[in-house]
Amino acid sequence: MVQLDATTQEVLNRISEEFAQKGAYNLRQNGVALCHGDSEHIKIRKKEDKPGIDILIDGDTKGERVFIPVVVSVSGMTDLVYNDFYVADGADVTIVAGCGIHNSGCNESRHDGIHTFHIGENANVKYEEKHYGEGNGTGSRVLNPVTNIEVGRNSVFTMDTAQIKGVDSTVRETNVELAEGAKLYVLEKLMTDGEQKAESNIEVCLEGSGSSAQIVSRSVCKGHSLQTFHPKAVGRNKCHAHIQCDSIIMDQAHVGSIPEIQAEHVDAAIIHEAAIGRINDEQLLKLRTLGMTEAEAENVIIENFLS
Amino acid sequence: MLKVDNLTFEVNEEGKKRCLVDHISFQVEDGEMLVITGPNGGGKSTLAKVLAGIEKADSGEVFLDQENITEYDIDHRANAGIGYAFQQPPRFKGMTVKRMLSLAAGKELTEEESCRLLSSVGLCSADYMNRQMDGTLSGGEMKRLEIATVLAKAHKVSIFDEPEAGIDLWSFSMLIKRFEEIHQEKKECLILISHQERIIRMADKIMVIEDGKVKQFGKSEDVLPSLFQQEKCQKCVTGMEGGAC
Repeated sequence: MVQLDATTQEVLNRISEEFAQKGAYNLRQNGVALCHGDSEHIKIRKKEDKPGIDILIDGDTKGERVFIPVVVSVSGMTDLVYNDFYVADGADVTIVAGCGIHNSGCNESRHDGIHTFHIGENANVKYEEKHYGEGNGTGSRVLNPVTNIEVGRNSVFTMDTAQIKGVDSTVRETNVELAEGAKLYVLEKLMTDGEQKAESNIEVCLEGSGSSAQIVSRSVCKGHSLQTFHPKAVGRNKCHAHIQCDSIIMDQAHVGSIPEIQAEHVDAAIIHEAAIGRINDEQLLKLRTLGMTEAEAENVIIENFLS
Repeated sequence: MLKVDNLTFEVNEEGKKRCLVDHISFQVEDGEMLVITGPNGGGKSTLAKVLAGIEKADSGEVFLDQENITEYDIDHRANAGIGYAFQQPPRFKGMTVKRMLSLAAGKELTEEESCRLLSSVGLCSADYMNRQMDGTLSGGEMKRLEIATVLAKAHKVSIFDEPEAGIDLWSFSMLIKRFEEIHQEKKECLILISHQERIIRMADKIMVIEDGKVKQFGKSEDVLPSLFQQEKCQKCVTGMEGGAC
């Protein structure tokens, strides 16, 4: 077992609590694969032509979790990685990704993870991703994830992303194609503070008949931070999609929410909702009648809103 | 014991002052149940909000046992022992029923405690504990959960603003039973704002508030006869039972 330094372990605890060097896993640290393991049904192979790995998940995988965390702890580093997931028909798997940057220096540390999912038929894939930044240096912590997902016939893809603390700049691009009967569930949670900037663009194309998508975005925007959401659903067949963006705005922050829906088929039913507002006064009052101070009540509201 | 002395609350409406709570005084002893009733817009809910600290009184004093809580804000009053159930409880995105009840109880509730608590408001724990307190719950469900948040721990005074509103008949009976149990324990003061005859008849003391003023206040046996007599008079010009109103 590879001995991990304290910083790496601390960052891992934030982004991938359950990570252990067993089963199928790959830990990438400062641009190299530090350690990796395979399981009976999940194999991880290093790419020959570019940085990154192929994760091969066979059809007999049932309820297994695979961990692929990334830690950047060197100031001034730009880490670009391509990870491809091949999920066979009938597999049932949870992929725990996540990236943490510890930057104690004065230069920008950046990780651009390009993840591509090739999902077969009747599979069930859950993808969890946490982003986190820390360090007392002046160098910024930048994360620009790109996620491309092809969901096969009657498969379900659930994407749960969270960026709660310490990332100075992020531009997230997510592109999804849904085949016949495929289902997509996205839950995106984001909190920014100070001078942080975050942008998230999601485009879902509902290509197959009976496909459906549910995209929920919850965000809290504090300080002078800036957030922009642009979820887009395109219905090209008989399908159903629902986009819901909710943001709590605080201090002098700026939030933009631009849900876009497009129907190219008469039986495409697509709905969007977007709301931005301050913390609800009635919620604060209710929690204060339970004995909490205003600050405590505010924290509880935010914590649950992003839970 | 809750003692309210000359409590006044005014609002400014188009440059004119309007007194919503007009020099109200009363006392409720430990174990007593006070039901506040009266016409809509008379100031009942405003009085409840002033007692909970949600609105700040312009004058007057409030004592909880011997403690003068007049200057206490909402959370200080809650921690001093005042519980308050909102007439229209707010919804919370992301907050589960389990989390809210634990926050209300001030501790993590066991499955058994949660089950007992939810049963007392007519809800099944298994169906609700992991539900979110958002728009997916009906008004009646939210109302029952709101009552459960106050029942989650002991208070010196518990104030319920129209607890029966939006609750179905079966759950209403469960609720009445729970109020009766608290009442029989004779530990807490219960203040219920209600228009329901069944609740009014449970009271030790009844207060009728109209135009911000106490119109009647006294022991149940003294106020009840005139209260329902008065109701008949309002309904029918003859004041006779069975009148054509």
